[in-house]
Amino acid sequence: MTDKKKTIKIMDTTLRDGSHSVRHQFTLEDITAISSALDESGVYAIEISHGDGLAGSSIQYGWSLFSEEERLSAANQVIKKSKLAVLLLPGIGTREDLQKAIACGTKMARIATHVTEADISEQHIKMCKDMGLEVVTFLMLAHMEPPSKVLEQGKLMESYGADVVYVVDSAGAMLPDDVRAKVGLLKEHLKVEVGFHAHNNLGLGIGNTLAAIEEGATVVDGSLCGMGGGSGNAATEVLAAVLDRAGYDTGVNLYKMMDAAEEIVRPRMLRPQIIDRSSLALGYAGVYSSFLLHTYKAAERFKVDPLDVLIELGKRRVVGGQEDMIVDVAYELARSKSKNRQGSMGS
Amino acid sequence: MSAKKVNVAIIGPGNIGTDLMYKILKRAKYMSLKLMVGIYADSEGLKRAAELGIEVSSEGIDVVLRDKSIKMAFDATTAAAHLKNAKLLKNAGIRAIDLTPAAIGPYVCPVVNLGENLDAPNVNLITCGAQATVPIVWAISSVTRVKYAEIVATLASKSAGPGTRQNIDEFTQTTARGLEIVGKAEKGKAIIILNPAEPPIIMRNTIYTIVEDQKKEEILAAVERMVKRIKEYVPGYRLRMPPIFDEEKITTMIEVEGAGDFLPTYSGNLDIETSAAIAIGDRIAERLVKGEMGTA
Repeated sequence: MTDKKKTIKIMDTTLRDGSHSVRHQFTLEDITAISSALDESGVYAIEISHGDGLAGSSIQYGWSLFSEEERLSAANQVIKKSKLAVLLLPGIGTREDLQKAIACGTKMARIATHVTEADISEQHIKMCKDMGLEVVTFLMLAHMEPPSKVLEQGKLMESYGADVVYVVDSAGAMLPDDVRAKVGLLKEHLKVEVGFHAHNNLGLGIGNTLAAIEEGATVVDGSLCGMGGGSGNAATEVLAAVLDRAGYDTGVNLYKMMDAAEEIVRPRMLRPQIIDRSSLALGYAGVYSSFLLHTYKAAERFKVDPLDVLIELGKRRVVGGQEDMIVDVAYELARSKSKNRQGSMGS
Repeated sequence: MSAKKVNVAIIGPGNIGTDLMYKILKRAKYMSLKLMVGIYADSEGLKRAAELGIEVSSEGIDVVLRDKSIKMAFDATTAAAHLKNAKLLKNAGIRAIDLTPAAIGPYVCPVVNLGENLDAPNVNLITCGAQATVPIVWAISSVTRVKYAEIVATLASKSAGPGTRQNIDEFTQTTARGLEIVGKAEKGKAIIILNPAEPPIIMRNTIYTIVEDQKKEEILAAVERMVKRIKEYVPGYRLRMPPIFDEEKITTMIEVEGAGDFLPTYSGNLDIETSAAIAIGDRIAERLVKGEMGTA
């Protein structure tokens, strides 16, 4: 008897989560080059959206260089096999934005909510299912709640029609045991597939993804060269190599994927995707990874230490999408700094 | 002798309806709460109203329509129910203040455009996010052309009821339209975030604008004046960060702490909605009272 290798689907998010790393300034040429390289290497899905999902282009999250329709249409022209996917966060984007994306060739919708707020995704999941899309759902900042909560919310998403429910480590704050507990519990109690999305702020992007797969996750996210919020995601090319060595079938051509990372993506990167002090602080304090570059900007504007801002954001239990809180915290820190200074001058 | 008052009714004895009841009893100068109706006999809100000596019924809007003394009704039901109620109230000559997203009548924010809508048979409260942010955008619009306004409303998860949750697109789309129609921004965008932190956070809003002319002093003064005016009917409305000017944008942050009349203080989002409804109702009632007195 020959052992059939277990299949793992890799979804690449270079052109969505990776969009944070270039402040949402991907050109249409970047998009066609990267998506055609990904398509040729055999990745299951290619996610393209603003980093904060459809309609994320804003003052709050940063403007995109091109509209969602322009970017999706450009990619759709070169993608042959992979599924074109978009991300949507209810509260930011709407069903209307999804409909526009579907008109541009989108085949998969990924609908994301904070880990406690699954019920705001019902309309969007149902509409996408009705329109024949594959629907993946995200429970973001999964490190903030116990496994039982993750399961309760995952069950809601399953009941709305999700094909896959993801545990999403948006802050890169989860340790492997935490990943195992949450993915394992979902796997045990859900009928649908379970997925995992890592961030590398604690250096565990690949390790946590492997732990998730060992607990039964069959869909995982990566991005070329690890491009993404904070210190980035699990690098797709590394994931392909590791999963191949571990004996899984991802359907990906490893050499083509390595070339895509090295030749297509690396020259386009604006900053190295490393674990610097601030991204480590994101993971340590449990703060949403895409806050990183916004924090640098606000720290400079108000002349405060970005590390202080991140640690305070962690204390306030800020959730995804609350980028305005970065300014709020930096403003307050600056004010209390100047008050202290005035106080010491007065005494 | 106290001034003559207008008899009003509340349709929908849920959390919003109950908070409205306490606010009318506490604050209204020209309204007298005569009747509260719902559709469930075991409604907690109806029970509370009955205990306070208010006439109650679980037979719905028909009871309101039959009572010829009622001149105004607050509808705190649902958009679908209000679509039906609006017509019935209009035919009965009862002024409707619509707290649902149905938006049949004009969008009204009391400190911005109530004056021009005092005679409308039906007025709509837009959304809580709009009540909190539209006046600031309008204040800036009164100084310079606002090319773009974007707001981020962050609410405690516990203060967002099933209606908001299941219709979250309606919230962002309606708020964005409110920024344009009432706030006078050329383009509006709204984002809503639910935060489950414990203890619950109070409602906070960030208002970004891109304007033609950053007249700093005038904008600061206009925003501060507006905050003072809002405080008159929403005492917990506070400027958290006065307008900060960057090359490309102006950022203003406000927070809204509820009065705790019935709903908990963190749900400033609901408080600003019911407070605005009372402010609108009282103004319309004042006119009705004074009009009647004039003809008497």
